[in-house]
Amino acid sequence: MSDDSTGSTSAERGLKGAEQTVASFEEPDAGFVRKLQGFLHEYPTSIPFIVLLIGVVIFAIAAPGKFLSPLNLSVVLQQVTIIAILGIAQTLVILTAGIDLSVGAIMILCTVVMGRTAVVYGVPVIVAFPLGLLCGITCGVINGLIVTKLRLPPFIVTLGTWSIFGALNVFYSQSETIRQQDMEAAAPFLQLTGTLIKPFQAFQSWGLQLDFLRGWVLTYGSILMVLVAIAIWYILSKTAFGRHVYATGDDPDSARLAGINTNRTLVGVYGLAGLICAIAAWAFIGRIGGVSPQAGQTANLDSITAVVIGGTSLFGGRGSIIGTVIGALIVGVFRNGLALSGLELLWQDFAVGVLIIVAVTIDQWIRKISA
Amino acid sequence: MGFSILKTALAGVVVLGSMAATAVLAQDVTVGLITKTETNPFFVKMREGAQAKAKELGVKLITAAGKFDGDNDGQVAAIENLISAGAKGFAIVPSDSKAIVPTIKKARDAGLMVIVLDTPLDPMNAATATFATDNRKAGMLIGQWAAKTMGDKAKDANIVLLDLATNQPTVDYLRDQGFMAGFGIDVKDPNKYGDEDDKRICDHEISQGDQEKGRTAMENALTKCPNVNLVYTINEPAAAGAWEALKAVGKDDGSVMIVSVDGGCPGVKNVEAGVIGATSQQYPLKMASMAMEAIASGKIPDIDPKVGFLDTGAQLVTAKPVDGVPSISVDEGLKLCWG
Repeated sequence: MSDDSTGSTSAERGLKGAEQTVASFEEPDAGFVRKLQGFLHEYPTSIPFIVLLIGVVIFAIAAPGKFLSPLNLSVVLQQVTIIAILGIAQTLVILTAGIDLSVGAIMILCTVVMGRTAVVYGVPVIVAFPLGLLCGITCGVINGLIVTKLRLPPFIVTLGTWSIFGALNVFYSQSETIRQQDMEAAAPFLQLTGTLIKPFQAFQSWGLQLDFLRGWVLTYGSILMVLVAIAIWYILSKTAFGRHVYATGDDPDSARLAGINTNRTLVGVYGLAGLICAIAAWAFIGRIGGVSPQAGQTANLDSITAVVIGGTSLFGGRGSIIGTVIGALIVGVFRNGLALSGLELLWQDFAVGVLIIVAVTIDQWIRKISA
Repeated sequence: MGFSILKTALAGVVVLGSMAATAVLAQDVTVGLITKTETNPFFVKMREGAQAKAKELGVKLITAAGKFDGDNDGQVAAIENLISAGAKGFAIVPSDSKAIVPTIKKARDAGLMVIVLDTPLDPMNAATATFATDNRKAGMLIGQWAAKTMGDKAKDANIVLLDLATNQPTVDYLRDQGFMAGFGIDVKDPNKYGDEDDKRICDHEISQGDQEKGRTAMENALTKCPNVNLVYTINEPAAAGAWEALKAVGKDDGSVMIVSVDGGCPGVKNVEAGVIGATSQQYPLKMASMAMEAIASGKIPDIDPKVGFLDTGAQLVTAKPVDGVPSISVDEGLKLCWG
């Protein structure tokens, strides 16, 4: 690192005379762009936020009267809940410059562990539910231990465990679906995240007439998503562990030299991500009412999409939880909006692809300011 | 070397045709079964059927599958392995009914018998024979049932269709168009959906046959069609997802009827619970065991040239039978179900 900087300094010294005129020639334009670059570097979440607003405006015009209805916006929120929770887990890992391809597989495995243990084997939900959470933590810690002890790239490790957790899912689930009715009879607690709340009626019963809430429908799952986001945001920004996560991702060597146990941090990150996947599993059971071992095939990549669109850098050390939640909302808004505008699924996929590339391009551009 | 000597010896034994020799031969016969994926309950049941039959016939069964639905390369590799293993033939559920054809030709040129199950090849005659559900008929049954059940109200129906995929694979358009024809809708091109102009069709959405995506598809459809009263679904997981979406807006009160195709055990139980009005049941176990029998014996059952494939049958399962549409009860459906 230090070699490079001396190199560039001496090179600059040699070019000094010519460079000044070029700089003054481009100054007015570069000034604005630089300022923008600086602003975005300081507030990286502003881009996804602006994209989200643009999306909302576009679809309010393209699908008038439908898209902006409270009921539809509630539905979008419900549709993004699971990917947002998985995205939060993914954000933690990506902040350490890693990637977790197994989050979707962990989630489905946990739905099976929770659901099948309770419904098929008749174990009380007070045992089955914590068992599902434990399943998530264990899967995550396994990822973390392989990454740190065997020193393998996270991409390879989680590519492997994705397959392993998928196979364990088939082994334990026997590919058998658990129906909503059977779940309701044996373990209604697992469906709790699907419970609907109507905020307008709720406030009305407390004597408050809040008309702007009329028509909104929330689920406990969406509230759970917000709680997970707040908890992880707090951990990342207010605790030593959180600072270690950023430091490890930004520059692991410096972090180690500064006295951070990066291996322990990494295992903690993967373990925590696993726990969040298990929480996503609970939300998933609530959403479909039961357990479908076949479902969630695209969840891995969807979660990475949400993180990337939300402005978290794949190179680690920079990004935020709120960005990921907005990223998931962007994907949800575009998919729902395009569907309501009558466009086929292939154009939804097309739009999401464009969003990813634009997001990464902007990320690369912002990174230049710190170079 | 040793292997070809063994083969010559076996050929000699076959010529002799003694009963004792048949048993020896059978031990050395290898047959294959290649499914789209390892995990789908439909294929799990198919494998069970094949394994049971192979054991009964005393032949060795090698099973393989693609990694995901649509994985052509994985199936190509599986066929190549079976050719190397000297298999007598195999049954396959093709993931890509066009792209797999050259590899199937290679296998048949190498002397293997190829029975295609569930999803016909394009062209169908690229296989030695095809054993499948008549998916158009399966769709037609639920369409007729829905029309009869709604009676006079059928002319004011408000229909949402939850299909499989944007590229409309054969099973997708066959079930969809069969349903429409059964319901009394002019389907225009019978091999494509989306070109109809019947006012009763409110929306087509893609569910990918997945429970969670089925719910999402139904939620989007509900915004477009708040007055929906009939929902067609490509399979029962999509139906279960659609039901969750309907329940969330209070439309689980009997105002919306769901019909589906497949006949898996969770699906039939959902018919019993009143979630699904009627479903067309298909028989994967039968398909696989008939294929094993055909390959081991080298004899293909008679196939109606007009249909082009052996129809392994589809029966309507419902708790509310109607006149003029043959159906079986939920109890019978549960006895025959899979998954």
